[in-house]
Amino acid sequence: MQKIGVFVCWCGSNIAATVDVQAVSDALAREPGVVFSTNYQYMCSQAGQDMIQEKIRELGLTGVVVCSCSPRMHEATFRKACEKAGLNPYMVEIANIREQCSWIHKDKLSGTEKAVLLGKAAVAKVHLNTPLTAGESPVTKRALVIGGGIAGIQTALDIAEAGFPVDIVEKKPTIGGKMTQIDKTFPTLDCAACILTPKMVDAAQNENINILSYSEVEAVKGFVGNFTVTIRRKARFVDETKCTGCGLCTEKCPQKKVPNEFNLGLDTRRAIYIPFAQAVPKAAAIDPNYCTMLKTGKCGVCSKVCTVGAIDYQQKDELLEREYGAIVAATGFEPISMDKFDEFAYSQSPDVVTSLEFERLMNAAGPTGGTLLRPSDGTHPHTLVFVQCVGSRCDGGEKGKPYCSKICCMYTAKHAMLTREKYPDTEVYVFYIDVRTPGKNFDEFYRRAVEEYGVHYVKGMVGKVVPENGKLKVQASDLLGGQQLHIDADMVVLAAAVEPDKSARPLATMLTASMDTNDFFTEAHPKLRPVESPTAGVFLSGACQGPKDIPETVAQAGAAAAKVIGLLSKDRLTCNPCVARSDELMCNGCSACEKVCPYGAITYIDKEFRGPNRTTLLRRVAQVNPAVCQGCGACTVACPSGAMDLQGFSNAQIMAEVDAICK
Amino acid sequence: MQVNETFKPTVVAFCCNWCSYAGADLAGTNRLQYPADVKIIRIPCSCRLNPLFILRAFQRGADGVILCGCHPGDCHYTTGNYYARRRMTLLFSMLDYLGIERERTRVEWVSAAEGAKFAETMNDFVETVTRLGENRRLEDLRCKSE
Amino acid sequence: MQERIKAKAIELLESGVCGRVLGWKTGEFFYDVTPAVFESREEIERDFVFGPFCGANLSKYLIAESRKGGKVGAFLKPCDTYSFQQLQKEHRILPENVYAVGVQCGGMCDIDAIRAAGIKGVLDVEEQGDSLLVHTLYGDKSLDRAAALSERCRVCKSKKILGCAELIGEQGEEQPSARFEQVAELEAMTPEERFAFWRGELSRCIRCNACRNVCPACSCEKCVFDNPSSGAENKAPANSFEENLFHIIRAFHVAGRCTDCGECSRVCPQHIPLHLLNRKFIKDINELYGPYQAGADMDAKPPLVNFQADDPEPSVVRERGTNP
Repeated sequence: MQKIGVFVCWCGSNIAATVDVQAVSDALAREPGVVFSTNYQYMCSQAGQDMIQEKIRELGLTGVVVCSCSPRMHEATFRKACEKAGLNPYMVEIANIREQCSWIHKDKLSGTEKAVLLGKAAVAKVHLNTPLTAGESPVTKRALVIGGGIAGIQTALDIAEAGFPVDIVEKKPTIGGKMTQIDKTFPTLDCAACILTPKMVDAAQNENINILSYSEVEAVKGFVGNFTVTIRRKARFVDETKCTGCGLCTEKCPQKKVPNEFNLGLDTRRAIYIPFAQAVPKAAAIDPNYCTMLKTGKCGVCSKVCTVGAIDYQQKDELLEREYGAIVAATGFEPISMDKFDEFAYSQSPDVVTSLEFERLMNAAGPTGGTLLRPSDGTHPHTLVFVQCVGSRCDGGEKGKPYCSKICCMYTAKHAMLTREKYPDTEVYVFYIDVRTPGKNFDEFYRRAVEEYGVHYVKGMVGKVVPENGKLKVQASDLLGGQQLHIDADMVVLAAAVEPDKSARPLATMLTASMDTNDFFTEAHPKLRPVESPTAGVFLSGACQGPKDIPETVAQAGAAAAKVIGLLSKDRLTCNPCVARSDELMCNGCSACEKVCPYGAITYIDKEFRGPNRTTLLRRVAQVNPAVCQGCGACTVACPSGAMDLQGFSNAQIMAEVDAICK
Repeated sequence: MQVNETFKPTVVAFCCNWCSYAGADLAGTNRLQYPADVKIIRIPCSCRLNPLFILRAFQRGADGVILCGCHPGDCHYTTGNYYARRRMTLLFSMLDYLGIERERTRVEWVSAAEGAKFAETMNDFVETVTRLGENRRLEDLRCKSE
Repeated sequence: MQERIKAKAIELLESGVCGRVLGWKTGEFFYDVTPAVFESREEIERDFVFGPFCGANLSKYLIAESRKGGKVGAFLKPCDTYSFQQLQKEHRILPENVYAVGVQCGGMCDIDAIRAAGIKGVLDVEEQGDSLLVHTLYGDKSLDRAAALSERCRVCKSKKILGCAELIGEQGEEQPSARFEQVAELEAMTPEERFAFWRGELSRCIRCNACRNVCPACSCEKCVFDNPSSGAENKAPANSFEENLFHIIRAFHVAGRCTDCGECSRVCPQHIPLHLLNRKFIKDINELYGPYQAGADMDAKPPLVNFQADDPEPSVVRERGTNP
């Protein structure tokens, strides 16, 4: 029989006002096994904790029940206190008589009755508690960053700076991400390449950083501190270590008609290509969908012109298996497809472009060399219409996204301002639902666009864009002026909503990290743990967690790095001891538990058992890796024989609580 | 239907630790009232709920049993509530098949942010169970009145 | 048929393919056929039977037999082969130690069905094509075989033989079956009627555990109801809800794994239609999560250890119109 001490907290008047704490401690004193029961004003205070510790020592308590606030609040506090007095911390149970009793009931009688029942359930449970010891697992001191955009680069640089090795996996042939395609950055209007490319070079040169470009994560096994990740290194048909990046091959390649994704298809590149001049790694890659040699076996021009012999048409995808202690998701965003927004005539006229396409049209390294020209006829546009919130803040959700994409207001203001600055002869209209500019120097920036640069901001949505005689007839409503507007525009720029990169969803499944309904990664706590995923050891950096601008992304990237550094600087991690355990004598080896385990914590071994008449029987039985198991209990219900049970929440313990409550 | 004013049902609410138990705490923090007939048992995840526990509760005198867990897709353990959902659907269907009032069992998804939903759910469920009255069918099965 | 099977059994033993074979032999009464292991030609010639009362599903016995060393031969009817495959999926039968011979089956008879046809004093039954020649104290009588079939064979779901090394008789196919009709009838009743029906049935349970012992899916090393630490153990019924709890949990534990072989109802000494519980789960699974036949596919994930993100919510039970 356990020797149980019951400690009922008043929580000042929080509990004592609606629960007769004296009656509760008196009632619980009569429960079997309870050798001491008392109540006190603030159990969590030093004096309260001292009292618990004193009674543990004095009476040799084997179990403690604290009737107080939610275990989510102070379970850890009381466990720690009891541990200091020599009691196993898992011999403590909390009866939640504040959040789930005193605060929600006004009637003192029923509140007291309920508090007694909750206390009885906790006492019944403690009777069946067993001391548990937390195990430890080692930490692999290397981090993986998935995604090589500004978020991934910043996270990797910060981790590397602290002395830990870090790998960046990037699916494209170069790191840099979306920021490489941006012309200028708000609100300072400095050139994106000028601030990004030095960081890319830093990452390449940092000896703690290993860049795996043109690679994708294929599988993730393991758990915090001990992940094993399979990475597919896609064949680029060029030996990265030999290629000097001279670019001769990309000039000589006869296949010239490949849409250039870096310029969003606004111009073309060759079948062998370096994405852009500052690419890191600066190495060519062959696009197997267009290369004549790979498709027909006839060509080989690049191989002939390459002076270092880097071309290798036989190259195959390679699978790399590496171990990591922490994983950072930095998969970023994509602008949404404009397919469902045909009212803006995106598919009908090349002069209707998305904002990211507009960035390329303004960029010196873009298809027009930085001169703003209409894609349709190469003429200089005079009237430009910018449409904000295309696909953002859509109710119903089918067509667009319910959330605000956050960056569109600012980059549209930037576009409008730059257009007016470079081409003072233009008329620029911006249609908006709201202008949202909360950020340092953001509103000043927007006001400059309006006041200094004379951009026409019109509150209202564009209803329709019709291409007609080389013009774009824009029909829109001016909500403040209360009139319909008809504008003959030369170009229309759509501020497309952003969405998480398509690779995020399968990655989340591999990482067992949760996502919200929009496929953004969910943080462990929206306010207090914004860069951690609820899955231990997985961290979030950048726009994969939600729409973000560059300064926010960099800040979050640094925060994620700090969390990773904190994890990697530990030598060992303490595991949660409330994990599943398989009773080998009862296990059928049927594999039901393994099928529902989200962590792959269950494996099977053939074990010898004593059979009848001095025989031995070889039986397949389940074994749980306590370091991998997270303690959800899915296996315990899948198991028909009840061989699988969960420590701390065992069948018998929960049943005892049920009995105590229902009697 | 005749409603017994003095009847106080026994309702057992199994709440997953990560979402619904936190949701219940939030209901408390916001002082949202619901009947004291509801007693919450904390389980790590909705998938920890063994059908045995539900039958046991009915066997021992519960008049209603409700399971609350994270919304599908938001499970702390990724997939736990999906399994729970299948298990509970089939179990509830079986209880219905045996002629036990189907309103006595329920599953609701309550996130950590939905304190109000938790309180509303409990108010509604207790009201339903109170209207049904004492769990006669299971009491009959328990052989008490015979 | 019986002679061909016996010849095959002898051949398996004498060619050394198997050290022993699993088949059937007559018990105390001619209709009381029981599973048996044969180790010699003599035993086979003397005792081996295959006839209209060989309803016993032999698959479950292979769990133990496949672990005793050496290879065991087994004769399996189509419905038995579903259990055979299901148990292999669950790693319970070691297939490398089993030589399975599929035996086509024309449906098994039920002595109660013969008696119900008004035939008394039955001494023996002989198969004559599609009819049965029944020897009785009062002379021979002829009965249409279909009239003597057990319920599960009248609604036979499949004549397909799965995963056997060879066949005796023709390979068959899955066939349309009316096996869910009775479940649907119950579903159409009011809750009060259903409650009355099940109380009438389940209150007769004497907890002899025959259903559990014969069920191929109920093959746990130790049943949760026998395990003191499970918190659910009970043998002697403390109150009658224990029986309901036992049967609900038993049906739940085999849900998604039960092949609907019908052995539970066949062996119940109280004639409780336990298969109606299992078929309810099967029907629900088919309707809610897509058709699934346990044991049919070696790779398919059983429905209770599987999910779809858009599975119906449990409220479907409250909302659907089973309550007219």
